[in-house]
Amino acid sequence: MLLNEFLLLGAVLFCIGVYGVIARKNAVMVLMSIEVILNSVNINLLAFSQLHNNLDGNVFALYIIAVAAAEVGVGLAMVLLIYRNRKSISLDELSEMKG
Amino acid sequence: MLAATDLDVAQNVAFGIIAVIMVVSAINVVRSRNVVHAALSLVALMAGAAAQYLLLAAEFVAVTQVLVYIGAVMILFLFGVMLTRARVGRETDLNNKNWAIGIPVALLMLGAMVYVLLQGFGDDRLQPTSQVSTAELSDSIFKPFLLPFWALSFVLLAAVIGAIVLARKD
Repeated sequence: MLLNEFLLLGAVLFCIGVYGVIARKNAVMVLMSIEVILNSVNINLLAFSQLHNNLDGNVFALYIIAVAAAEVGVGLAMVLLIYRNRKSISLDELSEMKG
Repeated sequence: MLAATDLDVAQNVAFGIIAVIMVVSAINVVRSRNVVHAALSLVALMAGAAAQYLLLAAEFVAVTQVLVYIGAVMILFLFGVMLTRARVGRETDLNNKNWAIGIPVALLMLGAMVYVLLQGFGDDRLQPTSQVSTAELSDSIFKPFLLPFWALSFVLLAAVIGAIVLARKD
């Protein structure tokens, strides 16, 4: 197989995820878009791991999966806290830090 | 350039089918007006990613993907949807006011990345026979990457404690 098939798939998924992060207002949907981005990065890492016949890419992919799980846990806890305080998880209403 | 002439036909057909499924479900994740439908599309995307990892001969990562993402992260997402918005149906205000800015940004980035990838890795082939064994992978994690592994376990511990402290109700 060509390396570029996997790299291009990763690029397409990455751009879709970036679009989601920019366009979405709901905080849970933004976290889902971030998951799309992380998956595309994992595909790239594994493709290069296979290309160079080296296991470091697999180890990195496993670490990314674990860090993504931690990120989702903390992120959803923060979203829950925001929802409890404000009855809304719309990201453009969180503007207290605007000067 | 990407046409597979002397390559393994079955692998390429499988790759194409799974890739189409993944792209369609990713677009559904970012376009759907229903939060639960978006979460279920994310399940399809992650299952497709696990299948691609199998095509890349990384079976341990594929199994971990199924266990951690489809098993645990999706449950977290569904709990998040359930706890922050009791309504399970169509919603009208999931997007920003100026969501359309995202389209040119994403297309521009996609164009740049496709150009660079085609220039840089035009005809690189993946070796079809190189097989990753799980035993070698565990040797790699527990010998050269032992310190990052410890750091990662502390990250997970901190994340769990932080999530409990944040979400507790008092």
